[in-house]
Amino acid sequence: MRPRRVIPGFGLTLGITMVYLSLLVLIPLSSTFARSLSLGVGHFWAVIHTPRVLASLRLSFGAALLAAALNCGFGLLVAWVLSRYDFPGKRVLDAMVDLPFALPTAVAGISLTTLYSTSGWLGAALGALGITVAYTPLGIVVALTFIGLPFVVRTLQPVLDDLDRDVEQAAATLGASAAQTFRRVILPALWPALLTGCSLAFARGIGEYGSVIFIAGNMPLKSEIAPLLIVTKLEQYDYAGATAIAVVMLLLSFALMLAINALQAWTSSRHAPA
Amino acid sequence: MSGVPPLGRWLAIALALAFLGIFLVLPLLVVFTSGLAHGVGAYVAAIADPIARAAILLTLLVAAIAVPVNVVFGVTAAWAIAKFEFRGKSTLLTLIDLPFAVSPVIAGLVFILMFGSNGWFGPFLQQHHVRIVFAVPGIVLATLFVTFPFVARELIPVMQAQGREDEETALSLGATGWQTFWRVTLPNIRWGLLYGVLLCNARAMGEFGAVSVVSGHVRGLTNTIPLHVEILYNEYSYVAAFAVASLLALLALATLIGKSLLEWRQPDLRRAARGAR
Repeated sequence: MRPRRVIPGFGLTLGITMVYLSLLVLIPLSSTFARSLSLGVGHFWAVIHTPRVLASLRLSFGAALLAAALNCGFGLLVAWVLSRYDFPGKRVLDAMVDLPFALPTAVAGISLTTLYSTSGWLGAALGALGITVAYTPLGIVVALTFIGLPFVVRTLQPVLDDLDRDVEQAAATLGASAAQTFRRVILPALWPALLTGCSLAFARGIGEYGSVIFIAGNMPLKSEIAPLLIVTKLEQYDYAGATAIAVVMLLLSFALMLAINALQAWTSSRHAPA
Repeated sequence: MSGVPPLGRWLAIALALAFLGIFLVLPLLVVFTSGLAHGVGAYVAAIADPIARAAILLTLLVAAIAVPVNVVFGVTAAWAIAKFEFRGKSTLLTLIDLPFAVSPVIAGLVFILMFGSNGWFGPFLQQHHVRIVFAVPGIVLATLFVTFPFVARELIPVMQAQGREDEETALSLGATGWQTFWRVTLPNIRWGLLYGVLLCNARAMGEFGAVSVVSGHVRGLTNTIPLHVEILYNEYSYVAAFAVASLLALLALATLIGKSLLEWRQPDLRRAARGAR
Protein backbone atom coordinates (compact mmCIF):
# COMPACT_ATOMS: atom_id res chain seq x y z
CA MET A 1 0.00 0.00 0.00
CA ARG A 2 1.25 3.47 -0.81
CA PRO A 3 1.96 5.65 2.21
CA ARG A 4 -0.72 8.30 2.64
CA ARG A 5 0.45 11.78 1.78
CA VAL A 6 0.27 14.06 4.79
CA ILE A 7 0.92 17.32 2.95
CA PRO A 8 -2.08 18.44 0.91
CA GLY A 9 -2.31 20.09 -2.47
CA PHE A 10 -0.38 17.69 -4.70
CA GLY A 11 -3.10 17.34 -7.34
CA LEU A 12 -3.97 21.01 -7.22
CA THR A 13 -0.42 22.42 -7.49
CA LEU A 14 0.76 19.90 -10.08
CA GLY A 15 -2.43 20.44 -12.07
CA ILE A 16 -2.08 24.22 -12.09
CA THR A 17 1.61 23.95 -12.97
CA MET A 18 0.91 21.63 -15.89
CA VAL A 19 -1.93 23.78 -17.25
CA TYR A 20 0.09 27.01 -16.99
CA LEU A 21 3.22 25.43 -18.46
CA SER A 22 1.20 23.96 -21.32
CA LEU A 23 -0.68 27.14 -22.17
CA LEU A 24 2.28 29.49 -21.90
CA VAL A 25 5.22 27.39 -23.11
CA LEU A 26 4.44 23.93 -24.47
CA ILE A 27 1.49 24.66 -26.78
CA PRO A 28 3.04 27.82 -28.31
CA LEU A 29 6.34 26.01 -28.88
CA SER A 30 4.68 22.91 -30.36
CA SER A 31 2.53 25.05 -32.60
CA THR A 32 5.74 26.42 -34.08
CA PHE A 33 6.84 22.87 -34.89
CA ALA A 34 3.39 22.07 -36.28
CA ARG A 35 3.57 25.14 -38.46
CA SER A 36 6.94 24.10 -39.88
CA LEU A 37 5.59 20.60 -40.60
CA SER A 38 2.83 22.16 -42.66
CA LEU A 39 5.54 23.63 -44.86
CA GLY A 40 6.50 20.18 -46.10
CA VAL A 41 10.04 18.85 -46.12
CA GLY A 42 10.87 20.21 -49.56
CA HIS A 43 9.82 23.78 -48.80
CA PHE A 44 11.45 23.64 -45.37
CA TRP A 45 14.75 22.52 -46.89
CA ALA A 46 14.51 25.17 -49.60
CA VAL A 47 14.11 27.90 -46.96
CA ILE A 48 17.03 26.69 -44.86
CA HIS A 49 19.36 25.78 -47.66
CA THR A 50 20.03 29.32 -48.86
CA PRO A 51 23.44 30.96 -48.48
CA ARG A 52 22.04 33.75 -46.31
CA VAL A 53 20.31 31.45 -43.81
CA LEU A 54 23.24 29.03 -43.62
CA ALA A 55 25.69 31.91 -43.16
CA SER A 56 23.59 33.34 -40.30
CA LEU A 57 23.37 29.96 -38.55
CA ARG A 58 27.09 29.41 -38.99
CA LEU A 59 27.80 32.87 -37.58
CA SER A 60 25.49 32.46 -34.57
CA PHE A 61 26.97 29.08 -33.68
CA GLY A 62 30.57 30.02 -34.53
CA ALA A 63 30.61 33.31 -32.63
CA ALA A 64 28.87 31.68 -29.63
CA LEU A 65 31.44 28.87 -29.66
CA LEU A 66 34.36 31.29 -29.83
CA ALA A 67 32.93 33.43 -27.03
CA ALA A 68 32.33 30.31 -24.91
CA ALA A 69 35.94 29.26 -25.49
CA LEU A 70 37.18 32.72 -24.43
CA ASN A 71 35.01 32.52 -21.33
CA CYS A 72 36.36 29.06 -20.62
CA GLY A 73 39.80 30.61 -20.13
CA PHE A 74 38.96 33.98 -18.61
CA GLY A 75 36.00 32.64 -16.62
CA LEU A 76 38.26 30.03 -15.06
CA LEU A 77 40.81 32.72 -14.21
CA VAL A 78 38.15 35.00 -12.67
CA ALA A 79 36.54 32.15 -10.70
CA TRP A 80 39.98 31.06 -9.47
CA VAL A 81 41.01 34.54 -8.35
CA LEU A 82 37.65 35.18 -6.64
CA SER A 83 37.67 31.82 -4.91
CA ARG A 84 41.31 31.63 -3.80
CA TYR A 85 42.79 35.11 -3.33
CA ASP A 86 41.97 38.08 -1.17
CA PHE A 87 42.37 41.60 -2.45
CA PRO A 88 40.65 44.95 -1.87
CA GLY A 89 37.33 45.32 -3.68
CA LYS A 90 36.88 41.59 -4.12
CA ARG A 91 33.28 41.49 -2.89
CA VAL A 92 32.20 44.29 -5.22
CA LEU A 93 33.86 42.54 -8.14
CA ASP A 94 32.25 39.25 -7.18
CA ALA A 95 28.82 40.91 -7.24
CA MET A 96 29.65 42.60 -10.57
CA VAL A 97 30.12 39.22 -12.25
CA ASP A 98 26.32 38.95 -12.40
CA LEU A 99 26.00 42.27 -14.25
CA PRO A 100 25.35 40.57 -17.62
CA PHE A 101 22.36 38.77 -16.02
CA ALA A 102 20.98 42.00 -14.57
CA LEU A 103 21.75 44.55 -17.29
CA PRO A 104 19.13 44.54 -20.07
CA THR A 105 20.67 43.26 -23.29
CA ALA A 106 19.77 46.36 -25.30
CA VAL A 107 21.67 48.53 -22.82
CA ALA A 108 24.68 46.22 -23.01
CA GLY A 109 24.42 46.37 -26.80
CA ILE A 110 24.50 50.15 -27.21
CA SER A 111 27.10 50.53 -24.49
CA LEU A 112 29.51 47.97 -26.00
CA THR A 113 29.01 49.50 -29.44
CA THR A 114 29.89 52.97 -28.13
CA LEU A 115 32.89 51.58 -26.29
CA TYR A 116 34.27 49.78 -29.36
CA SER A 117 33.30 52.26 -32.10
CA THR A 118 36.23 54.07 -33.71
CA SER A 119 35.70 57.09 -31.43
CA GLY A 120 35.06 55.00 -28.31
CA TRP A 121 37.46 54.51 -25.39
CA LEU A 122 38.53 51.03 -26.47
CA GLY A 123 37.74 51.32 -30.18
CA ALA A 124 40.16 54.24 -30.63
CA ALA A 125 42.99 52.34 -28.95
CA LEU A 126 42.31 49.14 -30.88
CA GLY A 127 41.94 51.12 -34.09
CA ALA A 128 45.48 52.43 -33.65
CA LEU A 129 46.57 48.77 -33.63
CA GLY A 130 44.57 48.12 -36.80
CA ILE A 131 41.84 46.11 -35.07
CA THR A 132 38.18 46.93 -35.79
CA VAL A 133 35.65 45.45 -33.40
CA ALA A 134 32.40 47.36 -33.86
CA TYR A 135 30.29 46.38 -36.90
CA THR A 136 32.37 43.23 -37.54
CA PRO A 137 31.93 39.58 -36.48
CA LEU A 138 34.58 40.30 -33.81
CA GLY A 139 32.06 42.65 -32.19
CA ILE A 140 29.58 39.77 -31.98
CA VAL A 141 32.18 37.68 -30.13
CA VAL A 142 32.80 40.57 -27.70
CA ALA A 143 29.07 40.92 -26.97
CA LEU A 144 28.63 37.17 -26.49
CA THR A 145 31.68 37.03 -24.21
CA PHE A 146 30.05 39.70 -22.03
CA ILE A 147 26.75 37.76 -21.97
CA GLY A 148 28.34 34.37 -21.23
CA LEU A 149 30.86 35.26 -18.52
CA PRO A 150 28.63 34.73 -15.44
CA PHE A 151 27.59 31.25 -16.60
CA VAL A 152 31.19 30.00 -16.47
CA VAL A 153 32.23 31.85 -13.29
CA ARG A 154 29.10 30.91 -11.31
CA THR A 155 29.31 27.24 -12.33
CA LEU A 156 32.99 26.99 -11.37
CA GLN A 157 32.97 28.92 -8.08
CA PRO A 158 31.17 26.35 -5.88
CA VAL A 159 33.33 23.52 -7.24
CA LEU A 160 36.50 25.52 -6.58
CA ASP A 161 35.29 26.37 -3.06
CA ASP A 162 34.66 22.68 -2.37
CA LEU A 163 37.97 21.42 -3.72
CA ASP A 164 39.97 19.83 -0.97
CA ARG A 165 43.06 21.98 -0.56
CA ASP A 166 44.86 19.22 1.34
CA VAL A 167 45.19 17.34 -1.93
CA GLU A 168 46.85 20.37 -3.54
CA GLN A 169 49.17 20.73 -0.55
CA ALA A 170 49.99 17.04 -0.71
CA ALA A 171 50.87 17.37 -4.39
CA ALA A 172 53.10 20.36 -3.60
CA THR A 173 54.74 18.54 -0.69
CA LEU A 174 55.46 15.60 -2.96
CA GLY A 175 57.39 17.95 -5.20
CA ALA A 176 54.83 18.88 -7.86
CA SER A 177 55.26 22.33 -9.36
CA ALA A 178 52.33 24.74 -9.35
CA ALA A 179 51.72 23.99 -13.03
CA GLN A 180 51.82 20.24 -12.43
CA THR A 181 49.43 20.49 -9.49
CA PHE A 182 47.04 22.53 -11.61
CA ARG A 183 47.18 20.18 -14.58
CA ARG A 184 47.16 16.86 -12.70
CA VAL A 185 45.12 17.62 -9.57
CA ILE A 186 42.90 20.66 -10.03
CA LEU A 187 41.91 20.50 -13.67
CA PRO A 188 40.65 16.88 -13.59
CA ALA A 189 38.34 17.79 -10.69
CA LEU A 190 37.23 20.97 -12.40
CA TRP A 191 36.61 20.09 -15.96
CA PRO A 192 33.05 18.71 -15.80
CA ALA A 193 31.97 22.02 -14.24
CA LEU A 194 34.06 23.97 -16.73
CA LEU A 195 32.42 22.12 -19.61
CA THR A 196 28.95 22.70 -18.11
CA GLY A 197 29.59 26.42 -17.67
CA CYS A 198 30.92 26.81 -21.20
CA SER A 199 27.98 24.88 -22.65
CA LEU A 200 25.56 27.16 -20.79
CA ALA A 201 27.38 30.22 -22.14
CA PHE A 202 27.38 28.67 -25.62
CA ALA A 203 23.64 27.89 -25.48
CA ARG A 204 22.83 31.42 -24.35
CA GLY A 205 25.06 32.92 -27.03
CA ILE A 206 23.38 31.08 -29.91
CA GLY A 207 20.02 32.72 -29.28
CA GLU A 208 21.26 36.10 -28.05
CA TYR A 209 19.79 39.08 -29.85
CA GLY A 210 19.67 42.38 -27.95
CA SER A 211 23.33 42.81 -27.11
CA VAL A 212 24.49 41.68 -30.56
CA ILE A 213 22.40 43.57 -33.10
CA PHE A 214 23.82 46.99 -32.22
CA ILE A 215 27.47 46.01 -32.46
CA ALA A 216 27.19 43.47 -35.30
CA GLY A 217 26.77 45.68 -38.35
CA ASN A 218 24.13 43.21 -39.57
CA MET A 219 25.46 42.70 -43.10
CA PRO A 220 23.80 39.68 -44.77
CA LEU A 221 26.26 36.79 -45.27
CA LYS A 222 28.87 38.57 -43.09
CA SER A 223 27.60 39.79 -39.76
CA GLU A 224 23.91 38.85 -39.68
CA ILE A 225 23.03 36.49 -36.81
CA ALA A 226 20.23 33.90 -37.11
CA PRO A 227 17.86 35.54 -34.57
CA LEU A 228 18.10 38.80 -36.53
CA LEU A 229 17.27 36.97 -39.77
CA ILE A 230 14.13 35.61 -38.06
CA VAL A 231 13.12 39.18 -37.19
CA THR A 232 13.88 40.38 -40.74
CA LYS A 233 11.77 37.61 -42.26
CA LEU A 234 8.91 38.41 -39.87
CA GLU A 235 9.05 42.06 -40.88
CA GLN A 236 8.75 40.94 -44.52
CA TYR A 237 5.73 38.76 -43.55
CA ASP A 238 7.75 35.68 -44.52
CA TYR A 239 6.33 33.57 -41.70
CA ALA A 240 7.38 30.29 -43.31
CA GLY A 241 11.00 31.42 -43.50
CA ALA A 242 11.04 32.75 -39.93
CA THR A 243 9.46 29.54 -38.62
CA ALA A 244 11.89 27.28 -40.48
CA ILE A 245 14.96 29.06 -39.04
CA ALA A 246 13.35 29.09 -35.59
CA VAL A 247 12.74 25.33 -35.72
CA VAL A 248 16.35 24.60 -36.70
CA MET A 249 17.56 26.78 -33.80
CA LEU A 250 15.09 25.21 -31.37
CA LEU A 251 16.16 21.67 -32.29
CA LEU A 252 19.84 22.50 -31.88
CA SER A 253 19.18 24.35 -28.59
CA PHE A 254 17.12 21.47 -27.18
CA ALA A 255 19.84 18.96 -28.09
CA LEU A 256 22.36 21.19 -26.33
CA MET A 257 20.08 21.54 -23.30
CA LEU A 258 19.79 17.76 -22.94
CA ALA A 259 23.58 17.47 -23.17
CA ILE A 260 23.97 20.15 -20.46
CA ASN A 261 21.46 18.34 -18.22
CA ALA A 262 23.46 15.14 -18.56
CA LEU A 263 26.68 17.07 -17.83
CA GLN A 264 25.15 18.70 -14.77
CA ALA A 265 23.93 15.36 -13.43
CA TRP A 266 27.44 14.03 -13.89
CA THR A 267 29.02 17.10 -12.25
CA SER A 268 26.74 17.01 -9.21
CA SER A 269 27.30 13.27 -8.78
CA ARG A 270 31.02 13.99 -8.64
CA HIS A 271 30.60 16.92 -6.28
CA ALA A 272 27.80 15.80 -4.03
CA PRO A 273 27.30 18.42 -1.29
CA ALA A 274 28.56 17.16 2.04
CA MET B 1 46.73 27.56 -3.79
CA SER B 2 49.78 27.77 -1.61
CA GLY B 3 52.03 26.46 -4.40
CA VAL B 4 51.56 29.58 -6.51
CA PRO B 5 54.45 32.03 -6.02
CA PRO B 6 53.43 35.58 -5.03
CA LEU B 7 54.37 36.92 -8.46
CA GLY B 8 52.07 34.42 -10.18
CA ARG B 9 49.32 35.24 -7.74
CA TRP B 10 49.51 38.98 -8.41
CA LEU B 11 49.72 38.35 -12.14
CA ALA B 12 46.54 36.26 -11.99
CA ILE B 13 44.73 38.92 -9.96
CA ALA B 14 45.90 41.70 -12.29
CA LEU B 15 44.79 39.77 -15.40
CA ALA B 16 41.39 38.95 -13.88
CA LEU B 17 40.92 42.58 -12.82
CA ALA B 18 41.85 43.82 -16.29
CA PHE B 19 39.40 41.40 -17.91
CA LEU B 20 36.53 42.32 -15.57
CA GLY B 21 37.38 46.00 -15.91
CA ILE B 22 37.22 45.89 -19.70
CA PHE B 23 34.21 43.59 -20.00
CA LEU B 24 32.03 44.69 -17.07
CA VAL B 25 33.06 48.01 -15.51
CA LEU B 26 33.72 50.00 -18.70
CA PRO B 27 30.38 49.14 -20.41
CA LEU B 28 28.51 50.15 -17.24
CA LEU B 29 30.50 53.38 -16.97
CA VAL B 30 29.86 54.28 -20.62
CA VAL B 31 26.10 54.23 -20.02
CA PHE B 32 26.33 56.98 -17.41
CA THR B 33 29.05 59.12 -19.01
CA SER B 34 27.23 59.05 -22.38
CA GLY B 35 23.88 59.83 -20.78
CA LEU B 36 25.38 62.83 -18.99
CA ALA B 37 27.56 63.94 -21.94
CA HIS B 38 25.41 67.04 -22.54
CA GLY B 39 24.88 67.85 -18.88
CA VAL B 40 22.16 67.17 -16.36
CA GLY B 41 19.58 69.27 -18.25
CA ALA B 42 19.67 67.09 -21.37
CA TYR B 43 19.67 63.96 -19.20
CA VAL B 44 16.54 65.00 -17.32
CA ALA B 45 14.85 66.21 -20.52
CA ALA B 46 15.32 62.81 -22.18
CA ILE B 47 13.71 61.02 -19.25
CA ALA B 48 10.91 63.56 -18.77
CA ASP B 49 9.95 63.39 -22.46
CA PRO B 50 6.28 62.28 -22.76
CA ILE B 51 7.15 59.31 -25.01
CA ALA B 52 9.84 58.20 -22.57
CA ARG B 53 7.38 58.53 -19.71
CA ALA B 54 4.85 56.40 -21.61
CA ALA B 55 7.55 53.75 -22.12
CA ILE B 56 8.42 53.82 -18.41
CA LEU B 57 4.76 53.41 -17.46
CA LEU B 58 4.31 50.51 -19.89
CA THR B 59 7.40 48.76 -18.52
CA LEU B 60 6.08 49.18 -14.96
CA LEU B 61 2.67 47.87 -16.03
CA VAL B 62 4.12 44.80 -17.77
CA ALA B 63 6.33 43.98 -14.77
CA ALA B 64 3.40 44.56 -12.39
CA ILE B 65 1.45 41.85 -14.25
CA ALA B 66 4.22 39.42 -15.19
CA VAL B 67 6.05 39.27 -11.85
CA PRO B 68 3.04 38.50 -9.58
CA VAL B 69 1.65 35.94 -12.04
CA ASN B 70 4.98 34.14 -12.21
CA VAL B 71 5.36 34.36 -8.43
CA VAL B 72 2.04 32.53 -7.98
CA PHE B 73 2.95 29.90 -10.56
CA GLY B 74 6.53 29.64 -9.33
CA VAL B 75 5.38 28.95 -5.76
CA THR B 76 2.78 26.47 -7.01
CA ALA B 77 5.30 24.59 -9.15
CA ALA B 78 7.88 24.59 -6.34
CA TRP B 79 5.30 23.19 -3.90
CA ALA B 80 4.44 20.30 -6.23
CA ILE B 81 8.07 19.53 -7.04
CA ALA B 82 9.71 20.03 -3.63
CA LYS B 83 7.08 18.52 -1.33
CA PHE B 84 6.10 15.41 -3.33
CA GLU B 85 7.71 12.53 -5.13
CA PHE B 86 6.24 11.61 -8.48
CA ARG B 87 7.25 10.08 -11.77
CA GLY B 88 8.41 12.45 -14.45
CA LYS B 89 9.67 15.05 -11.98
CA SER B 90 12.98 15.57 -13.73
CA THR B 91 11.18 15.91 -17.07
CA LEU B 92 8.96 18.57 -15.52
CA LEU B 93 12.05 20.41 -14.25
CA THR B 94 13.52 20.34 -17.75
CA LEU B 95 10.27 21.66 -19.21
CA ILE B 96 10.22 24.52 -16.68
CA ASP B 97 13.73 25.42 -17.87
CA LEU B 98 12.69 25.46 -21.53
CA PRO B 99 12.26 29.24 -21.80
CA PHE B 100 15.94 29.63 -20.80
CA ALA B 101 16.96 27.50 -23.79
CA VAL B 102 14.83 29.40 -26.30
CA SER B 103 16.12 32.48 -28.10
CA PRO B 104 14.15 35.58 -27.01
CA VAL B 105 13.30 36.21 -30.66
CA ILE B 106 11.69 32.77 -30.91
CA ALA B 107 9.79 33.46 -27.66
CA GLY B 108 8.19 36.38 -29.48
CA LEU B 109 7.71 34.47 -32.73
CA VAL B 110 5.66 31.68 -31.11
CA PHE B 111 3.02 34.20 -30.01
CA ILE B 112 2.86 35.75 -33.47
CA LEU B 113 2.27 32.28 -34.92
CA MET B 114 -0.53 31.77 -32.37
CA PHE B 115 -2.23 35.16 -32.27
CA GLY B 116 -1.02 37.09 -35.35
CA SER B 117 -3.36 37.74 -38.28
CA ASN B 118 -1.88 34.65 -39.97
CA GLY B 119 -1.85 32.64 -36.77
CA TRP B 120 -3.98 29.83 -35.34
CA PHE B 121 -6.36 32.15 -33.52
CA GLY B 122 -5.85 35.07 -35.94
CA PRO B 123 -9.22 34.93 -37.77
CA PHE B 124 -11.15 34.37 -34.52
CA LEU B 125 -9.44 37.32 -32.82
CA GLN B 126 -10.03 39.57 -35.82
CA GLN B 127 -13.72 38.72 -35.85
CA HIS B 128 -14.01 39.73 -32.23
CA HIS B 129 -11.75 42.78 -32.61
CA VAL B 130 -9.27 41.57 -30.05
CA ARG B 131 -5.60 42.45 -30.53
CA ILE B 132 -3.00 40.40 -28.76
CA VAL B 133 0.21 40.72 -30.73
CA PHE B 134 1.48 44.16 -31.72
CA ALA B 135 -0.33 45.34 -28.59
CA VAL B 136 0.12 45.27 -24.81
CA PRO B 137 -1.31 41.73 -24.21
CA GLY B 138 1.36 40.29 -26.52
CA ILE B 139 4.10 42.13 -24.63
CA VAL B 140 2.78 40.72 -21.36
CA LEU B 141 2.61 37.18 -22.82
CA ALA B 142 6.16 37.33 -24.20
CA THR B 143 7.43 38.68 -20.86
CA LEU B 144 5.59 35.93 -18.95
CA PHE B 145 7.23 33.36 -21.22
CA VAL B 146 10.82 34.56 -20.77
CA THR B 147 10.49 35.15 -17.00
CA PHE B 148 8.57 31.95 -16.24
CA PRO B 149 11.47 29.86 -14.84
CA PHE B 150 13.02 32.43 -12.48
CA VAL B 151 10.86 32.16 -9.34
CA ALA B 152 10.28 28.40 -9.64
CA ARG B 153 13.97 27.72 -10.21
CA GLU B 154 15.06 29.75 -7.17
CA LEU B 155 12.39 28.30 -4.89
CA ILE B 156 12.67 24.59 -5.75
CA PRO B 157 16.14 24.07 -4.23
CA VAL B 158 15.25 26.24 -1.22
CA MET B 159 12.06 24.27 -0.53
CA GLN B 160 13.78 20.95 -1.16
CA ALA B 161 16.50 21.83 1.35
CA GLN B 162 13.88 22.65 3.97
CA GLY B 163 12.18 19.28 3.65
CA ARG B 164 8.68 18.44 4.81
CA GLU B 165 8.98 18.19 8.58
CA ASP B 166 7.83 21.72 9.46
CA GLU B 167 4.72 21.36 7.34
CA GLU B 168 4.00 17.86 8.64
CA THR B 169 4.27 19.09 12.23
CA ALA B 170 1.89 21.98 11.58
CA LEU B 171 -0.61 19.67 9.89
CA SER B 172 -0.46 17.10 12.67
CA LEU B 173 -1.18 19.89 15.16
CA GLY B 174 -4.40 20.56 13.29
CA ALA B 175 -3.50 23.40 10.92
CA THR B 176 -5.23 23.42 7.55
CA GLY B 177 -3.24 23.28 4.32
CA TRP B 178 -3.63 27.02 3.74
CA GLN B 179 -2.66 27.90 7.30
CA THR B 180 0.40 25.70 6.96
CA PHE B 181 1.40 27.42 3.74
CA TRP B 182 0.92 30.99 5.00
CA ARG B 183 2.34 30.54 8.51
CA VAL B 184 5.02 27.88 8.02
CA THR B 185 6.13 27.53 4.41
CA LEU B 186 6.00 31.16 3.31
CA PRO B 187 8.07 32.51 6.25
CA ASN B 188 10.58 29.71 5.59
CA ILE B 189 11.01 30.58 1.93
CA ARG B 190 10.64 34.36 2.09
CA TRP B 191 14.27 35.19 1.30
CA GLY B 192 14.42 32.70 -1.55
CA LEU B 193 11.16 34.09 -2.88
CA LEU B 194 12.48 37.65 -2.71
CA TYR B 195 15.60 36.54 -4.54
CA GLY B 196 13.54 35.00 -7.32
CA VAL B 197 11.30 38.09 -7.53
CA LEU B 198 14.38 40.31 -7.86
CA LEU B 199 15.78 38.34 -10.81
CA CYS B 200 12.36 37.88 -12.41
CA ASN B 201 11.68 41.61 -12.18
CA ALA B 202 15.05 42.57 -13.67
CA ARG B 203 14.39 40.36 -16.68
CA ALA B 204 10.74 41.48 -16.98
CA MET B 205 11.70 45.16 -17.11
CA GLY B 206 14.73 44.65 -19.30
CA GLU B 207 13.52 42.07 -21.82
CA PHE B 208 14.25 43.22 -25.35
CA GLY B 209 14.22 40.49 -28.02
CA ALA B 210 10.91 38.78 -27.24
CA VAL B 211 9.12 42.05 -26.58
CA SER B 212 10.59 43.65 -29.70
CA VAL B 213 9.11 40.93 -31.92
CA VAL B 214 5.55 41.22 -30.56
CA SER B 215 5.44 44.94 -29.80
CA GLY B 216 4.70 46.53 -33.15
CA HIS B 217 6.78 49.54 -31.99
CA VAL B 218 4.00 52.10 -31.71
CA ARG B 219 5.50 55.13 -30.03
CA GLY B 220 3.88 56.07 -26.75
CA LEU B 221 1.68 52.94 -26.89
CA THR B 222 3.61 49.69 -27.27
CA ASN B 223 7.20 50.70 -26.57
CA THR B 224 8.78 49.56 -23.34
CA ILE B 225 11.94 51.25 -21.96
CA PRO B 226 14.37 48.93 -23.83
CA LEU B 227 12.47 49.45 -27.11
CA HIS B 228 12.47 53.22 -26.59
CA VAL B 229 16.23 53.08 -26.03
CA GLU B 230 16.63 51.23 -29.34
CA ILE B 231 14.57 53.80 -31.25
CA LEU B 232 16.49 56.74 -29.78
CA TYR B 233 19.80 55.05 -30.54
CA ASN B 234 18.85 54.23 -34.12
CA GLU B 235 17.80 57.88 -34.59
CA TYR B 236 21.30 58.92 -33.49
CA SER B 237 19.91 60.56 -30.32
CA TYR B 238 22.75 58.97 -28.39
CA VAL B 239 22.58 61.16 -25.30
CA ALA B 240 18.84 60.59 -24.90
CA ALA B 241 19.25 56.85 -25.58
CA PHE B 242 21.88 56.51 -22.87
CA ALA B 243 19.97 58.75 -20.45
CA VAL B 244 16.95 56.46 -20.68
CA ALA B 245 19.21 53.39 -20.69
CA SER B 246 20.79 54.60 -17.46
CA LEU B 247 17.45 54.00 -15.73
CA LEU B 248 17.77 50.33 -16.68
CA ALA B 249 21.43 50.34 -15.62
CA LEU B 250 20.37 51.72 -12.22
CA LEU B 251 17.78 48.96 -12.00
CA ALA B 252 20.54 46.44 -12.76
CA LEU B 253 22.75 47.92 -10.04
CA ALA B 254 19.87 47.86 -7.55
CA THR B 255 19.23 44.23 -8.49
CA LEU B 256 22.89 43.33 -7.93
CA ILE B 257 22.97 45.11 -4.57
CA GLY B 258 19.72 43.48 -3.44
CA LYS B 259 21.01 40.12 -4.59
CA SER B 260 24.30 40.55 -2.70
CA LEU B 261 22.49 41.61 0.47
CA LEU B 262 20.24 38.54 0.28
CA GLU B 263 23.23 36.27 -0.37
CA TRP B 264 25.05 37.83 2.56
CA ARG B 265 22.04 37.15 4.77
CA GLN B 266 21.40 33.65 3.38
CA PRO B 267 24.59 32.15 1.93
CA ASP B 268 22.62 29.05 0.88
CA LEU B 269 20.68 31.11 -1.64
CA ARG B 270 23.67 31.64 -3.80
CA ARG B 271 24.40 27.94 -3.98
CA ALA B 272 20.77 27.24 -4.79
CA ALA B 273 20.79 29.92 -7.48
CA ARG B 274 23.89 28.52 -9.10
CA GLY B 275 22.29 25.12 -9.29
CA ALA B 276 19.29 26.75 -10.91
CA ARG B 277 21.26 27.93 -13.85
